[in-house]
Amino acid sequence: MREITYADALNEALREEMERDPRIVLLGEDIGEYGGVFKVTRGLLDTFGPDRVRDTPISETGFIGAAIGMAMTGMRPVVEVMWVDFTLVAIDQILNQAAKLRYMSGGQARVPLVIRTQQGGGRGNGAQHSQSLEVLFAHIPGLKVVLPATPRDAKGLLKFALRQDDPTVFLEHKMLYFTRGEVPDEEYVIPFGQAEVVVPGSDITIVSWSRSLLRAVEAAQALRDDGIAAEVIDLRTLVPLDMETIYRSVRKTNRLVVVHEAHRSFGPGAEIAARVQEELFTELDAPVTRIATPDIPIPYSRAVEAAILPSTQTIIEAVRSTLARV
Amino acid sequence: MSSETRAERLMDFYRRMLQLRRFEERSIELYQQGLMGGSLHVGIGQEAVAVGVCAALRPDDYMTNTYRGRPQFLAKGADPGRTMAELLGRRDGYCRGKGGPMHVTAVELGCLGANAIVGAGVPIAVGAALSAKMQGSDRVAVTFFGEGATNQGAWHEAMNLAAVWQAPVVLVLENNQYAEMTPIRRTVRIERLADRATAYGIPAVIVDGMDVEAVHAAAVVAVARARSGGGPTLIEAQTYRFKGHMIGDSEVYRTREEVTEWMARDPLRLSRQKLIELGVAEDALDRAEREVERWIEEAVAFALASPEPTVESAFEDVWVSPSS
Repeated sequence: MREITYADALNEALREEMERDPRIVLLGEDIGEYGGVFKVTRGLLDTFGPDRVRDTPISETGFIGAAIGMAMTGMRPVVEVMWVDFTLVAIDQILNQAAKLRYMSGGQARVPLVIRTQQGGGRGNGAQHSQSLEVLFAHIPGLKVVLPATPRDAKGLLKFALRQDDPTVFLEHKMLYFTRGEVPDEEYVIPFGQAEVVVPGSDITIVSWSRSLLRAVEAAQALRDDGIAAEVIDLRTLVPLDMETIYRSVRKTNRLVVVHEAHRSFGPGAEIAARVQEELFTELDAPVTRIATPDIPIPYSRAVEAAILPSTQTIIEAVRSTLARV
Repeated sequence: MSSETRAERLMDFYRRMLQLRRFEERSIELYQQGLMGGSLHVGIGQEAVAVGVCAALRPDDYMTNTYRGRPQFLAKGADPGRTMAELLGRRDGYCRGKGGPMHVTAVELGCLGANAIVGAGVPIAVGAALSAKMQGSDRVAVTFFGEGATNQGAWHEAMNLAAVWQAPVVLVLENNQYAEMTPIRRTVRIERLADRATAYGIPAVIVDGMDVEAVHAAAVVAVARARSGGGPTLIEAQTYRFKGHMIGDSEVYRTREEVTEWMARDPLRLSRQKLIELGVAEDALDRAEREVERWIEEAVAFALASPEPTVESAFEDVWVSPSS
């Protein structure tokens, strides 16, 4: 199978869906001629023109709000927010408006809006350009939250996002754009709410998503050499959350490690751990372990940043200590 | 326009303004009886703005507005019974009891939502206008907001986008002089808020918001400009909020004299006087009042008869498709 980058996979998804559906319109900063700061929209202006690929002023509240109005009136806007940190200047439009308009209107409104943005650390971008904010969006009812880890999933999930009608926060990872992976030539979509067992195993379950998923897979490969069969699950979407795949795995392995780049406290790992103990309390052989970014802003120093983000080594150590507990 | 035609049209405006006034007054009574939750923000005194603007719209035009939004919602064509049922949180309300007074919405009437966040509906209306333009339709969008919104970032960003995109949107600034409990003169250093539109390259006009014919005339021009591809217009309607920010507001921030002075220019009173000057018989005006009385009582009866929503319904309408 051909291998392409995560950025090119996203570009293909947008291109194919825009060809299929004339209602799809892109809005964002520097997405036209410049092609986006991570080049995800490269070439789309030439194909689809400035009406459908709109460079906006630096006005996240304005263009996300406008995209909501467009979504309610027959268009399918895809907004690119250059860094997830910038969603915070427009948080009213995302959390108070997009997430709630359907509910507040008693089901009258449809808001088929996709907000594409990128998050995560690893580039030395400092505290206002490196956050992982999935929990912020997942906490507010009404938003789908998507976090692809591979080029194949990035394409399939984005194509699915553009064929469903709920507002969606599509969180790419800045360190994944230039990673390569197999992407089918033929048409496919990946529905939300379907976690994938990416490495099968029977000794312990590791649940992750986005860039941390790659570290979890590396950890599982290293552990295999020591005779430990870790099962790695990529959640792919936090909302909807596929707990069944996690439960099925933990019933088999009886041990769970959750790995994410979001901060540890009140993070997604806490929610997953809580649900697993509610559902499978008697089947757990050890407490659920969380590997996460500690509760500090992301530091600028790349040496220090690398040390505080989840790494292959920290996952390996967590697996060993979870297996050692009885 | 002949004086007869003018009288007919003004009579129609008068009847509509009466409806909005009586709707708000009855809402206050029901609120004070404990039949509504939360806070109630009424637009008594501002009826000429809602009626004058909405009379210039087509049924398929879009609208966003605010928590003080029932007057515009009714003027855009909403059914009073279903609107009042929504205020009471009942099953037959437009939003099935999930929205309440601050969020009246009727998508099929182009009413995309009354907003509890000051300024937030303005970019949404600009987006709806852009949709219309991209779809090759001649629909326009109108957005109502208060003078307080012009101090918010969302408003400024939306103004700039409306101008950059030449969006077919009419921006209606209802300057009722008070941003919640603070007089506007204490929070801005310019005399004319409409001047802010100039900074964005948007034409602006200031009208007497108590004169329904003046508001309507300005709206006709603005809507025609938007519909014909001429882009956005800001209309600043100078008006006054006869009641407090919300029912129960102590109103310590203004004098009784100031309120009385503005109430002398009550848009209903001004229209009534003008109708009499135009030769309309008092009888006809009294008859209109009786008709509106029946209209509101039917609406209230419908709302009161509507059942409470089921608890299970609270879990509906979050998603179009919950599991995928």
